[in-house]
Amino acid sequence: MTLLFHIGRYFMLLGEVFSKPERFRVYWRRTVEEMELLGVKSLGIVALLSLFMGAVIAIQTKTNIDSPLIPFYVVGFTVRQSTILEFSPTIISLILAGKVGSTIAAEIGSMRVREQIDALDIMGVNSAGYLILPKIIATAIINPFLIMISMFLSIFGGWMAGVLSGIISSSNYIAGVQWDFDPYIVTYALIKTVVFAVIIATVSGYQGYYTRGGTREVGISSTRAVVYSDVVILIANYLLTQLLLL
Amino acid sequence: MIEVKDLSKSFGAVEVLRGINARFGKGKVNQVIGKSGSGKSVLAKCLVGLHPPTTGEVLYDGESFQGMDKERKKLLRQEIGMLFQSSALFDSLTVMENVLFPLRMFATMSESEMRDRAAFCLKRVNIEGANSKFPAEISGGMQKRVGIARAIAMNPKYLFVDEPNSGLDPQTSIVIDNLIQEITEEYNTTTIVITHDMNSVIGIGDEIFFIHNKQLWWQGSRDELVKSDNQELQEFIFAGSLMRQVRTAMGGR
Repeated sequence: MTLLFHIGRYFMLLGEVFSKPERFRVYWRRTVEEMELLGVKSLGIVALLSLFMGAVIAIQTKTNIDSPLIPFYVVGFTVRQSTILEFSPTIISLILAGKVGSTIAAEIGSMRVREQIDALDIMGVNSAGYLILPKIIATAIINPFLIMISMFLSIFGGWMAGVLSGIISSSNYIAGVQWDFDPYIVTYALIKTVVFAVIIATVSGYQGYYTRGGTREVGISSTRAVVYSDVVILIANYLLTQLLLL
Repeated sequence: MIEVKDLSKSFGAVEVLRGINARFGKGKVNQVIGKSGSGKSVLAKCLVGLHPPTTGEVLYDGESFQGMDKERKKLLRQEIGMLFQSSALFDSLTVMENVLFPLRMFATMSESEMRDRAAFCLKRVNIEGANSKFPAEISGGMQKRVGIARAIAMNPKYLFVDEPNSGLDPQTSIVIDNLIQEITEEYNTTTIVITHDMNSVIGIGDEIFFIHNKQLWWQGSRDELVKSDNQELQEFIFAGSLMRQVRTAMGGR
């Protein structure tokens, strides 16, 4: 029953969030600010993770399936496929749920316990829309760019690790990356990214918006935002994979 | 004028307010007093629509708040200013941006006119030279004054003030009280102040509403309050020795 209550309240909140903004200009300004806060400021962690993950996939692939029967292109091919299909859109989104989701829930939760959301409501501002909609739009716009950068850096990280450690030549790696490339997998990855971005912003926004109590509860909301966003992302990942790839 | 008719409020099985009937007059500082936990803040939240009453209704100049549709409520809320106990200023906005906020959301004027209006409101509450500071960089008293500036930015007809003096020193409390009184007179607002600061009650209260035992226990003017023989009210107001001396000086029992 509790789960149904939260699902119902979540969708009712979304109804409020997507109602007509009071001033489009104010909302757009907030969206741009959120793009910087939630997107641009996540670039460092995304870049670092992607570079090293690509490097590790390359080394793991080479060392675990090292056989004369394995074609030369397998390392580059494996890095590309793992990165584009799962690592960048899903794993990076899970990590962003930790960073961005906790930021969103803590910010909105703090506003709730410090009566700032009440202040918005009394002014006649649609507080749910004002606080959550710009975050949804910002993450849905900026996350695909982050994921594309992640894809590039992960594949680049694989190349660096492979070539610098001498386990594969540059030309073989690049040939592997180019081998049997289907551009649809990028489309699939970006669709997933947008869906995951909306999940992160809405689930975390929901947790923050309905925070009750004090600072301890803000912390609890933050943790819940990360855990529930991750769970919903994993379920959505399975469903989207079934829908888009089969 | 704001009128409350037979208002009750319960949270689950817990009854907080029972059968409140009151009229809060225009151009007056109406003060709602009562012990901590007596339900006065809940009453304020029912009045501004943050909590729907369990029974009863709230009328703004004769129009039932509960009967209004969403758009009408939105319009009415633009006529309401509220100062919160915590000031509730937006942390990520500067002092100037906080006052500009309601104007940017609702006012139909140019950006420069909005800035002029915000500057006027800040000057009115004696805040100068702090426009670009963030709320965390100014004192509690200044935050309250910025809160008042934000509350009056849209020329409100109704002003709600929740515990304006909590956490403030006596001198700053007097400044805030005087400001509330002056603004009530200037803007002819229906002002409702939730407080348990007796200095404030004696200082600026035009009409006093005493909430006790979940009900409106007593109502009257400042002078009537001093002379009242209501035992619960007397025990509450004149609990301190200083207030007892004030009562004597004002001709009370």
